[in-house]
Amino acid sequence: MRFVDEFRDADKAHALAAKIAALCEPGREYKFMEVCGGHTHTIYKHGLEDYLPESITLVHGPGCPVCVIPMGRVDDAMHLAARPDVIMTSFGDMMRVPGSNGSFFDAKAAGTDIRMVYSPLDSLKLARQNPDRQIVFMAIGFETTAPSTAMTMLRAAAEGLPNFSVFCNHVTIIPAIKAILDSPDLRLDGFIGPGHVSTVIGCRPYEFIARDYGKPVVVAGFEPLDILQSIYMLMLQLSAGRCEIENQYSRVVPWNGNQVALRAIGQTMELRPYFEWRGLGFISHSALKVRDEFAAMDAERLFSVPGVRVADPKACQCGEVLKGVLKPWECKVFGTACTPETPIGTCMVSPEGACAAYYNYGRMHRDRVAEAVVAGRAPRAATP
Amino acid sequence: MTTLRDHDHGDHGDHGERPEEPAGRRTLPVSDREQQVLDRIDRARRRAPRVREDRITMSHGSGGKATHTLIEAVFLSAFRNPLLDPLEDAADLRLPAARAAFTTDSYVVSPLFFPGGDIGDLAVNGTVNDLSVTGATPLYLSAGFILEEGFPVADLVRLTESMRKAAAEAGVRIVTGDTKVVQRGKADGCYINTAGVGVFERDVTLGVARSRPGDAIIVSGPVGDHGITIMLARGELDIEADVRSDTAPLNGLIAGLLDAVPVPGLRAMRDATRGGVATILNEIATAAQAGVLVSEGDIPVRDEVRGASELLGIDPMYVACEGRLVAVVDDAYADHAVAALRAQPLGEQAAVIGHVTAEQPGIVRLKTAFGGTRIVDMLVGDPLPRIC
Repeated sequence: MRFVDEFRDADKAHALAAKIAALCEPGREYKFMEVCGGHTHTIYKHGLEDYLPESITLVHGPGCPVCVIPMGRVDDAMHLAARPDVIMTSFGDMMRVPGSNGSFFDAKAAGTDIRMVYSPLDSLKLARQNPDRQIVFMAIGFETTAPSTAMTMLRAAAEGLPNFSVFCNHVTIIPAIKAILDSPDLRLDGFIGPGHVSTVIGCRPYEFIARDYGKPVVVAGFEPLDILQSIYMLMLQLSAGRCEIENQYSRVVPWNGNQVALRAIGQTMELRPYFEWRGLGFISHSALKVRDEFAAMDAERLFSVPGVRVADPKACQCGEVLKGVLKPWECKVFGTACTPETPIGTCMVSPEGACAAYYNYGRMHRDRVAEAVVAGRAPRAATP
Repeated sequence: MTTLRDHDHGDHGDHGERPEEPAGRRTLPVSDREQQVLDRIDRARRRAPRVREDRITMSHGSGGKATHTLIEAVFLSAFRNPLLDPLEDAADLRLPAARAAFTTDSYVVSPLFFPGGDIGDLAVNGTVNDLSVTGATPLYLSAGFILEEGFPVADLVRLTESMRKAAAEAGVRIVTGDTKVVQRGKADGCYINTAGVGVFERDVTLGVARSRPGDAIIVSGPVGDHGITIMLARGELDIEADVRSDTAPLNGLIAGLLDAVPVPGLRAMRDATRGGVATILNEIATAAQAGVLVSEGDIPVRDEVRGASELLGIDPMYVACEGRLVAVVDDAYADHAVAALRAQPLGEQAAVIGHVTAEQPGIVRLKTAFGGTRIVDMLVGDPLPRIC
């Protein structure tokens, strides 16, 4: 298939693996964080780690929209959805996220009117069809999905739709990366930058990472060769003693971002003073709320929501996993009490969650490809 | 007035021919005009029944006249065969072998009509295939209909016609049936249940638990066609692709496979419906307590299906097929088996996709086209409800 197979070519992967292995300094360990959950998914789905030398570890970051939604916000959404005048609309991956009293799916089965939509615009269709009901869109995601929420709000305003509103949970990636950089638990050598977010915000916002924290960033695409090439670019920077922001995903990501999308976000939303992230706690200026001019489309102002902070289940270590401090399998309940069927934490819910990706694709003995076995290091027992 | 009651079904004369009066009884004469009317009524009652309504009403499920009209005009006229024709409460079956296979399946697919098929042929093929993969020869089916009040009769006629065709193609007969009607809103148009009986003409016992390390795993053709077709046919995604459901009876293909591979060499067959090929591979790994290693590059997937799956973030390995089987065979017979499958149009793209392994029991591993390895686990949740 064109535009896909080229980025999954095994021969090119072997060649890149050999170049990466050649750049590894003997005795040195490398830790790179892939910020975006989409990358985590690709890495496991294609078995990309098989191509990496053992001295390179990929650390999974917080860029999974569903994973970072705190329990209290799920409960608030559930409270809104339970109103008889409300039809709640939500993306599919939000449906299974557990709140204090079950998930959207559980509520739907019990009769709450929650509809799955593929695009926020589908909510407008519902609003037109149901003039006597209030349609509330559960808006989640980073700068990747915020523009589509913004455009939907602008469209609703242009049409004068009186019964559409947004329960806004959009978050921004930079404060989360900063929180990780400031966290004392983790030593990273560089970042695989989030490609989708960067199509909107561009590459400039990452400059402080190189300048102030001395870590290289390579913004990467989502095919396995994209990620492998980004790791190679990071290794090149490290071996040359450089520390820069580079754009591997230049076929999609403009250096200055997408100005139209950014303008739409700016028109409809503004930064909240602070927002709670699951596992990471409260981070200031890390999320978006609906602007005053669009107050009539702000579900939080239209209806009362409890707004109570709900602590995560004690056993859940999603916070440590989201920060990259723990590998998924290091969590106490991973794969036993917490599985994709019975998720305790959000990281087990979304396909972009590190725990779900590792559980579904990764939990087995792996064989590294020959090129990845670095000279001078004993290969793994499992390697023939 | 005996002429009134005397409906001899063998008698098709319509020009006032009166049967002989029984001896010893007197019949009061009927005036000629009255007799003409009575004859007209008689003729009308003998006419082949016709459903006059455009839509199914509650009376079609009442068991009364409307039900009979529906049965005769729609179901009997499509499925007609000597076992069904008497319309007794149960069919009287004579089985040509002592060992029989018996299965049932309900069909709730939405939409009812889709490229490549409809709920009717799906309901026949699905049950034929469930019987066939056990090694049995499917013979008889039942057909139970649950219809929603208001369902267009024309649609019912259309899908019974495809059931007739599918049954004829598979060489099975629909020998008993049932119809119920529920109020509007209590069902979604039409649901069908079919049960099936088949006989074992050969002494075969198959099962995924018989798989052994080293065995080859074969699929009979491209995977995922049905599921992707249904998803796109719902029109919610605004994606268009030239895909058709693969719904088809597998009994012919399977007979060829049974001829080619002696029984101990053929371990198991499954038709890859809900949950797709991935689910069957997991069933093999679990039942045989062995590992399974398959190669992504060897699994046939049509470009259109791959493209749509890629856009939708679905893995074609989990997408339902309705005319594909997965077979586990002794590796020594793998080439025979593939050749036997490829000899028939339905199996043209049959391929060995991997093997049962001794390593990592219970786990299905996939060698990705990229060259890495990953797990293929059982599916959690239902990405695509009401697929069949």
